[in-house]
Amino acid sequence: MADEQTPKLSFWQKMLAIDRRAIFAFIFVALIFPLFFEISQEIPVSNDVRMLHEALEAIPDGALVLYSFDYDPPSAPELQPMAIAVIKAGLRKKWRMVYIGLWPQGPIQCDMAFRDAMLDERFKDLKLTYGTDYVNLGFQSGNEAVMQRMGSDIPGTFPRDFRGTPVAQLPIMNGIRNLGNFDFLINISSGYPGTREWVQFGVDRFGLPMVSGSTAVQTTEVSPYVGRQLKGLMGGMRGAAEYEQISNNPGRALKYMVGQSVAHVVVIFFIIVGNIAYFATRKRNQG
Amino acid sequence: MSGWEIFGIWLAALLTLGILTFLYKDNPFYKFCEAFYVGLSAGYWVVSYFWQNLVPYVYDPLKAGIESFGATTILWSQFLAIAPLVLGVMMLARLVPSVGWISRWPLAFVVGYTAGLRMITFLQSNVMTQLQNSVEPVVRMSASGEFMFWETFNVLLVTLGTFAGLLYFYFSKEHKGAFGTISRIGTWFLMVTFGAAFGYTVMGRMSLLIGRIDFLMADWLHIIR
Repeated sequence: MADEQTPKLSFWQKMLAIDRRAIFAFIFVALIFPLFFEISQEIPVSNDVRMLHEALEAIPDGALVLYSFDYDPPSAPELQPMAIAVIKAGLRKKWRMVYIGLWPQGPIQCDMAFRDAMLDERFKDLKLTYGTDYVNLGFQSGNEAVMQRMGSDIPGTFPRDFRGTPVAQLPIMNGIRNLGNFDFLINISSGYPGTREWVQFGVDRFGLPMVSGSTAVQTTEVSPYVGRQLKGLMGGMRGAAEYEQISNNPGRALKYMVGQSVAHVVVIFFIIVGNIAYFATRKRNQG
Repeated sequence: MSGWEIFGIWLAALLTLGILTFLYKDNPFYKFCEAFYVGLSAGYWVVSYFWQNLVPYVYDPLKAGIESFGATTILWSQFLAIAPLVLGVMMLARLVPSVGWISRWPLAFVVGYTAGLRMITFLQSNVMTQLQNSVEPVVRMSASGEFMFWETFNVLLVTLGTFAGLLYFYFSKEHKGAFGTISRIGTWFLMVTFGAAFGYTVMGRMSLLIGRIDFLMADWLHIIR
């Protein structure tokens, strides 16, 4: 009797009614499977990342570079590989690096990225002194107001570093008054305040050359700045992997990209199946 | 690895699993993890703001000002810190409904300051410079005088997209005839933009999930390197 009451679903109707948890399971398997194998994937480097790489390579050795880490742990899988890679670029070229964060957890992400970058074999003999070669000035609240004030008075904006030391006692800060004293700005950002605001204040108002690494979600928003306002852009994990590849710094982003690609294939497969099922069942319903 | 580090990893792993259980269905374990996350974030922000703002911008200057009373020169400028302190206290008036209106004054200050600060920069960066970026020579030639097909094609595409997209948002004329055709092309460009944004969003969310899975497999279970 039950069979008579329940209409028999066709294959495509079943596909349309597939449980979302089944799709989650497919995605999970697609993501987890490649992590168990040493699979490498050749990734074509986009123009935005190539420009970023060339801009960073053009910064002279020993230059004074400002890094702004404007993100928190939820965005770390995408942005932390970028942070490590650009810190490695600074270590390799012996830049004097000043780190700040306009997000409360940014300076902590910076410390973690710095520790990971220093694990690289190439830097094991590097003798760096905190406060002389690099400094973490910590977090400052106020969003654009912080950027605006940094344009005229950095010691006033960051009176102490992340460890509580007055900036006057840090040799690297000698002679740094405002944003104009920096040679370059590198921003790693996952939202507000971030790349958009640094372009408005750091680039367009104070004339600082800048590159950015942003989350995939905001890449389409900031990519129109590339060219005149941004010297290059890494968008999402893909951008991070491209930069790791072009700068010969294989890291987590390249490792993750295989899983990312397999998962994308699964998503595309379900989009195609869903569309075919939709049109097939619509035709049958109309017929 | 210290005991605290192991405890931290186990805690993070269990909380990650707790949040992921929502994919199956809503449950008390997920609710607990969500509340834990919100509470922890709020606590972190309070402590961070206290040490990064209240101490260096209010406590330190006022302390220096008060201590200068015993010296030859009194540091009156340090007492300017009273102004943000008063505005901050006024903001807290929202907690008492009968005097909640007092909080509108510091709020008006913040809104006015932010609007003034952002208006000019937004106009400069997102309108004027973007306009300047759009005004490009359509035909692209290399330094040696060769015609660059794809660069020229890109510029033409951007020009068409900008023009058609702007026309789509022009509502003073009915969208029919040639005008309607161009505005429909604008719709297609908008669709491509939304598609790209959606694609990037999917990629972003996958990246976050990969990061969590890697943490569970590598740091917690040690079954991958």
